[in-house]
Amino acid sequence: MESLTLTDVEQKYYSDLFVYCDTDNTKKVASNGKVLDLFRAAQLPSDVVLQITELCGATRLGHFGRSQFYIALKLIAVAQSGLPLRVESLNSVKDLPLPRFVVAKNEQEARHTAMYPDLENQGPYQGVIPRPPARGQVKKVSAHEVIQPCVPTVEPQPDTTSPVVSPHHSPPTSPHAWRKHKRQASGGNVERPPVVVAGAVWTPFRESQSGPVVAGDGMWSAHSPPPVQESWENSSIRTVASVATANEIQRQSSSGYDDPWKITDEQRQYYINQFKTIQPDLNGFIPGSAAKEFFTKSKLPILELSHIWELSDFDKDGALTLDEFCAAFHLVVARKNGYDLPEKLPESLMPKLIDLDDSAEVPDQAPDVGYSGSPVEVTPNKSPMPSLNQTWPDLNQGNEQWETFSERSSSSQTLTQFDSNIAPADPDTAIVHPVPIRMTPSKIHMQEMELKRTGSDHTHPTSPLMAKPPELSEETKLATSMKFVTVNSGDGYSSSDSYTSDQDPITSVVTRQRSNSGTSPEGLKVVAAPPPPPPRPNASHSRSSSLDMNRNFAAHPTGPQQSGVVACPPAIPPRPLPTQTSGPHSGHRSDEGLAAHSTTSPQQIPEQPNFADFSQFQAFAASDQPNDDGEKHPESLPVEKSTEGAGPLRTVKIDNQEERAAATVNSAKGSIMAPPPKPVRRRLKSEDELQDEALPPKSNVIATVLATLPSIPRSVGKDKKAIQASIRRNKETNTVLARLNSELQQQLKDLLEERISLEVQLEQLRPFSHL
Amino acid sequence: MEHTQSRDACWHSRHHSKMAVCIAVIAKENYPLYIRSVPVQNELKFHYTVHTSLDVVEEKISAVGKAMADQRELYLGLLYPTEDYKVYGYVTNSKVKFVIVVDSSNTSLRDNEIRSMFRKLHNSFTDVMCNPFYNPGDTIQSKAFDSMVSAMMVQAS
Repeated sequence: MESLTLTDVEQKYYSDLFVYCDTDNTKKVASNGKVLDLFRAAQLPSDVVLQITELCGATRLGHFGRSQFYIALKLIAVAQSGLPLRVESLNSVKDLPLPRFVVAKNEQEARHTAMYPDLENQGPYQGVIPRPPARGQVKKVSAHEVIQPCVPTVEPQPDTTSPVVSPHHSPPTSPHAWRKHKRQASGGNVERPPVVVAGAVWTPFRESQSGPVVAGDGMWSAHSPPPVQESWENSSIRTVASVATANEIQRQSSSGYDDPWKITDEQRQYYINQFKTIQPDLNGFIPGSAAKEFFTKSKLPILELSHIWELSDFDKDGALTLDEFCAAFHLVVARKNGYDLPEKLPESLMPKLIDLDDSAEVPDQAPDVGYSGSPVEVTPNKSPMPSLNQTWPDLNQGNEQWETFSERSSSSQTLTQFDSNIAPADPDTAIVHPVPIRMTPSKIHMQEMELKRTGSDHTHPTSPLMAKPPELSEETKLATSMKFVTVNSGDGYSSSDSYTSDQDPITSVVTRQRSNSGTSPEGLKVVAAPPPPPPRPNASHSRSSSLDMNRNFAAHPTGPQQSGVVACPPAIPPRPLPTQTSGPHSGHRSDEGLAAHSTTSPQQIPEQPNFADFSQFQAFAASDQPNDDGEKHPESLPVEKSTEGAGPLRTVKIDNQEERAAATVNSAKGSIMAPPPKPVRRRLKSEDELQDEALPPKSNVIATVLATLPSIPRSVGKDKKAIQASIRRNKETNTVLARLNSELQQQLKDLLEERISLEVQLEQLRPFSHL
Repeated sequence: MEHTQSRDACWHSRHHSKMAVCIAVIAKENYPLYIRSVPVQNELKFHYTVHTSLDVVEEKISAVGKAMADQRELYLGLLYPTEDYKVYGYVTNSKVKFVIVVDSSNTSLRDNEIRSMFRKLHNSFTDVMCNPFYNPGDTIQSKAFDSMVSAMMVQAS
């Protein structure tokens, strides 16, 4: 077969045509029927078609492979240009226009296929892509089908539109090309989802293209593009965005994406720009009235806009955050392109980024009319998830599964905001989450383990804790976590007693820590310099862990300890009981101790970077497997996590929302191991209306689970390996926590119902003074 | 414990859909913003029932006198029973009334459940209000509201 050189445009165009013909999705062979239809649509005499078929080798092969198909397409282009069909002409003809196919007739005059040089300047992708293979969402069949290559005719249009569009919006020219594609693809074909409505939309779109300037509401207007000057920019951009969106949706579907609602980066950037035009502060809200005006410009029926609003206003506060706005915009664009609105908000549109700050939270609470039932449902996973997602990517740069998050990752400021959302607000809820204590670098961990081991007078929970001298808050947290763990594990300290090395420096540190923990429970707003990792309670959970610790520690006697004795990141302590007092240390080795710990832990927890804890937790889990490879937990990773975890925790503490926080906490937990448990515990400590007896057993179970996790082994410096291992461990922890999360949510629901009933009873008992 | 029982009853009733036969939202000016009943053929009868119940609602809310909204409870309780059904009322602080009609034979419905139904109604109504595309005074066409109401209605026989 002759070698075929195609330009980029041609390549893309042919590839799409091939995909179009590849109804069986074989990726190798285009179905003969479709190919022949296509060739017929080329409006060439049938003998020419036959000749082409023969020339490309399909007759010989009996089917249209990809190369045959491409050759055939090129020959069609050759034939359409009036050139003689020769094999040599395949590569010799320069600047051959793309083959043109007209599937049906309509008022659309067949556009010329001339490739305009200016188009080539506009971007690599100029050709019109034939409709991608049918998606699952074939809505309606448009009246006309036109597959046209390239930017059609109206020469001035590209000139006018491209300069019009390009300087004004961030989306690159490719969306511009897509728009053209959209324009020509206005009819859509049987396989194209867009509805007749979309066809109508595109008709004006084309008309607008024919205008000298893309009229303002070309996209939005029904059938005539009223040049609304002030908004034409917007509409043209919207058009582009919508084209981009529609194309993206199609492309995604054709490329096998399951999620047609995913917002691409371009679209998101565009939405963000639009958001800025209304509300310059990206963390702020767009009030409902402004949003209403904005979306009314889209000329969608009010009912649909109302439905879109219902879907996208996640927290039901009458205002749109950036995420909500992007979701709403995306839905509007999709609807304009003919996709039906979903009944529920698609997951990819769920606001993952929450503009978390205290001020933002207040308006969220405002519409709460005081009904306890609603906030829980309303609060969904909004707050914690985004921050978690944002922080997470920093931790797992190489992990592709975090791609979605990483593209949304923001500054560490978000971490702080996240904390505020997670703040445990509902004291009534007896839900207890295992609080992940921040992860620390392995060396710190080792030191922590040392400290834990050396605590001889370990009746006091804080004793085995070690802490870095500079970070007292960490020590405090360590103390509390250790105490917590101790309480749960019961005999945890016995094993640690066996370890007596390095006792003196450690005990001194412990002593200092003890005093600190007593004095700094309220250090919520500790700056997030990497706090010292809290001690690792799980070291004392079980003998196995302690043995591991011993072994590990023996293997790495005094690892590079940068800042003195540092507590190892503890495993997630068991969930505290609902009954909690607010004493910093109770020292009880009973459930009360558990409660006390939880009271203190929330206080100190915010200062602990949660992610670090989880990493350590993961390390613990991973260390169940033979760790003798000496994998070193990457120090950078823990440090990062610790930093980020501290942020969220802190903020969480600050905000004292009730069920909302709980729900968010729960959901956040489900998504990523993180701080949620800590805020919940904080909630618990404030009041204890409902005491769920089931919770203590559960938390004990969790404690044992955590206890069984061996200590984090010292990694030996293979960063990549360590990262992968930590990723594995994190995933494991993730699943555990997700399970935990679901259980806790169920408990939360039950408890809330109980609460509602109790309140109702209370109301009834209150003497009636009305009616 | 009672709350457990009520919760179980709610759960139970949710499963068996022994809930309202008619739910109505009446505007301050006493015209319906939303009214839905099941089975649908009795709709007119329920419209009439709800309309007559408005008198009772007015009577109840005017009985507060000096206390005004502060002391007036939102939940009005059983407005009046007939041999076929019972009518419960609820009024918001903006004088929007919710009316729930339940079958008299449905004895498993407890007061708590009715209250929780009203609470849910109120919450959903608030959400509808928050929608900037909703003009107060329009009929409620929100799908979310519809689905919430459907969940509370008896499964059509």
